[in-house]
Amino acid sequence: MDFSAIRLELVAALIALSLLAVGLIAPRGKREMTGYIAAIAFLGLLALAFLAPGHGSSFLGGRFLNDPLALFFKRVFITAAFLVALMSLRFTAGLEESRSEFFALLAFSLVGMMVLSSANDFLSLYIGLELMTIPLVVLTAYDRASGKSTEAGTKYVLLSAISSAVLLFGLSLLFGASGSLAYGDVAAALAKPAFGPASGDPLAVIGGVMALAGFAFKIAAVPFHMWSPDIYEGAPTPVAAFLAVGSKTAGFAALARLLFFVLPSNGGGLSLVVISLSVLSMVVGNLIALPQTNMKRLLAYSSIAHAGYMLLGLVAASRAGLSALLYYIVLYLFANVGIFAAISSFGDGGRSGEIASLRGLWKRSPFMAASLLVCLLSLAGIPPAAGFLGKFYLLAEVARQGKLWLAALALLMSLVSISYYISVIRVIIMEKAEDESRIRVPIAQKAILALSALATVGLGVFPGPLTAWTQAIAAAVLR
Amino acid sequence: MSGLPLLPAILLSPFAGALLLALIPEGRKSAIRAIALVSSSFALALSLATMILYDRSLAGMQFVARIPWVGNFGINLDLGVDGLSLPLVLLTAIILFAGVFVTWRLETRSKEFFIYTLLLVGGVFGVFMSMDLLVLFMFIEIAVIPKYVLISVWGSTRKEYAAMKYTMYLLAGSAISLVAIIAIFAYAHDPARGLGVWTFDLASLSTIHFDAGFQKFAFFLMLAGFGVLIPLFPLHRWTPDGHSAAPTAISMLLAGVIMKLGGYALIRVGVGLFPEGAAFWAPLIAVLAAVNAVYIAFVAMVQKDLKFVVANSSISHMGFVLIGIASLNAASMDGAVAQMFAHGIMAALFFAVVGLIYDKAHTRAIADFGGLAHQMPRVAAAFLIAGLASLGLPGMFNFVAEFAVFSGAMQVYPVISVIAISSVVLTAIYVLLVFQRVFFGPRNPRWDHLSDARGVEMVPIVLLAAVLIGLGLYPRLIMDTITGGVLPIVQRIASLHIGGTF
Repeated sequence: MDFSAIRLELVAALIALSLLAVGLIAPRGKREMTGYIAAIAFLGLLALAFLAPGHGSSFLGGRFLNDPLALFFKRVFITAAFLVALMSLRFTAGLEESRSEFFALLAFSLVGMMVLSSANDFLSLYIGLELMTIPLVVLTAYDRASGKSTEAGTKYVLLSAISSAVLLFGLSLLFGASGSLAYGDVAAALAKPAFGPASGDPLAVIGGVMALAGFAFKIAAVPFHMWSPDIYEGAPTPVAAFLAVGSKTAGFAALARLLFFVLPSNGGGLSLVVISLSVLSMVVGNLIALPQTNMKRLLAYSSIAHAGYMLLGLVAASRAGLSALLYYIVLYLFANVGIFAAISSFGDGGRSGEIASLRGLWKRSPFMAASLLVCLLSLAGIPPAAGFLGKFYLLAEVARQGKLWLAALALLMSLVSISYYISVIRVIIMEKAEDESRIRVPIAQKAILALSALATVGLGVFPGPLTAWTQAIAAAVLR
Repeated sequence: MSGLPLLPAILLSPFAGALLLALIPEGRKSAIRAIALVSSSFALALSLATMILYDRSLAGMQFVARIPWVGNFGINLDLGVDGLSLPLVLLTAIILFAGVFVTWRLETRSKEFFIYTLLLVGGVFGVFMSMDLLVLFMFIEIAVIPKYVLISVWGSTRKEYAAMKYTMYLLAGSAISLVAIIAIFAYAHDPARGLGVWTFDLASLSTIHFDAGFQKFAFFLMLAGFGVLIPLFPLHRWTPDGHSAAPTAISMLLAGVIMKLGGYALIRVGVGLFPEGAAFWAPLIAVLAAVNAVYIAFVAMVQKDLKFVVANSSISHMGFVLIGIASLNAASMDGAVAQMFAHGIMAALFFAVVGLIYDKAHTRAIADFGGLAHQMPRVAAAFLIAGLASLGLPGMFNFVAEFAVFSGAMQVYPVISVIAISSVVLTAIYVLLVFQRVFFGPRNPRWDHLSDARGVEMVPIVLLAAVLIGLGLYPRLIMDTITGGVLPIVQRIASLHIGGTF
């Protein structure tokens, strides 16, 4: 067996276990160092993922695939985990106890995401999914002082269980239809005329739709989105950020592989399901975001809408669609992390996250106001921030497939979204704060904000390299 | 000489200025002003140099600078100017320069004001220089947020409402035109109908013969999308609020330059790519343009606020540009471009003068004034120059432009042209009435404390008035260039029949 294919996962798991150990060994007063160790370890892991990602392409007889697509997602997850660990330093410093376990759980969840993106088999898919979700449940409920956090954790565990059940049921139907758990065998079995798109065999169709539903929950696509606003609001801000960028991206990683390589009727019925999910998410997410007064809830709804945009990349198994999705995932990561970092910089560590608390930010912290502005513009899709090109890639590909109406609808909804992003910008730039004292932004938050803003503008002004990279990945995995 | 990277330098100077300003502490007012002044004079000097060095006998795109951007998608930062865009680049530089002086004494958040203004102008330069459709569109979008912030922070009279209305109107327009742009992109990529490659290069796109149905569809989207910017009746409702609420320098830019983005994009992209679509929709444009010119002139007549008069007169004057475009012949199109330039300068002068009066008197209600010429003779003279230009007095550049528009339009739409020309008379009525009510009459002691324009306040007035009169007396300075830019576009249409049914 070639262990180099799972080198990154092994190292990540090792980091998780060592973090637990460090928490036990370190003297009581010095436990906040776990956070720094975690951040540095994630940074090292990121370097490893770029420099020596392991040359083996598969493990366990192809159950686990370390192809360029999986590697891309892993790099995104590790970056997210690194940024979230930095963001969490302030939150964990305010905790009475169990500071170190926070970062160990974060690392375990990261391992789950990485396994999920490499899964080439229903079993590894499910293991990855649960390994990702269970630590996230604990993290969501981590703020024991807050009733909302506990409530969010409870909601998350119940709803996750239901979605897992739905997913498992779907997978079992697909297993029943094909007699195998491996993606390749399932795809081959489903491609036979008996299960082909034309036959409309209920077993394959229902199985496929249920599997989709399971992951639609993870990416918070309408109508499987109900959990996300409450949980984003209740969870500690860094955890909400990890849910928004990590867990959602992991859902897309799994979805992309399922839709492109396993479920055969991509051109027919399932494509219709994807389009419906996308349209519903864009419309519902953006419209409900309009009246929100809490920044975290607003971000939850906006991230539902963004799931809708990103689903456009999965409508057809096309290279341009996949590469557009990958591009969007990167810019979405930086924009969201930037905004969550800003929320978590406030005095209460972002517990309330009311939009009103951003009042007069241009005066209280011009740096934070500018970075936040850039990230909001990216989500709104206004150049020179990266969001414009990201949306453009997705919509151009949809239009090329002959669905100009879908692109037009997405633009209309994006117009709606701009009005609520602008209302946040208005609060930041124009409204007067009662308390005009300067905000002391913690150094870690400052670093995240600077990085997010720079990456967002950088990707918007120099989109060439990332575009070429995502296109190369799409070309390598989709033939 | 076209080896010099003049265009990238012009484009970068406002962005570089904005970046420098961001690094300077808020308190250092004179350094802030100096940076704004230097970057705007730099842009103006280079634009003038480009204008002088542009080879008229050659015409076509010159000073081309190609910067690869997203190679795989065929999106490139290709910059170039021709007779259509060069005057508008110069216009932008002139108004920015004048705007810096108008805002010379701004105290509140002046650093941010200049940052946003320079970002806005950088976007505008980008639109006029871009030879790539998507980059052109992106530059239009870059200007959106600066405009919103500028109106809502430094504006007056229901500024937040106006800023939001303005922004949403413009973004809705953008969304509509982006649908067309995406459709063009997909069409061009289709190997059977288009080129079979990803490209946004306007020159390559114009070699495609889009089928007639697509031309009608795409041109209509462009018309609706860019029509908001121009603004085309009935998409104009944002304009009076937005232009009146904006601070003076920004009103100058909005009326002077931003409206021209729409006209420019409609000619460059709409007419340039879809001659058949343009010919099909031209009669509709002409009718709406006549409504613009005449109806809005009546609206301007009943305004009580000085700035609303000017704002509405801008919409009315853009009607001439639209008629020029709708007539689709060389003379009228020449006139349309010249009118964009002339109106830009004239509107900037108007807003500068009104801004001066408002800064000193803290009111813009026409009824409050009277006999102001006693206290402010120079301001009165400047207002009169702008007013006379506005009503198309021979000797002003506006006359040249309007004459060209209507000599072309008369050949195509005799009836509509006559109706639209009547708005010149209406303009004369409201401009002179306003002038009489504000500046003539007995001396009003209430305004005795007002001082006349002097020092830096005179810079924009003298500059803008000199351009209007200078080009009015010697229009060849700029008209030859414009003709060279317009001809290639018009020639593609010459054989087409205007109007028609689906």
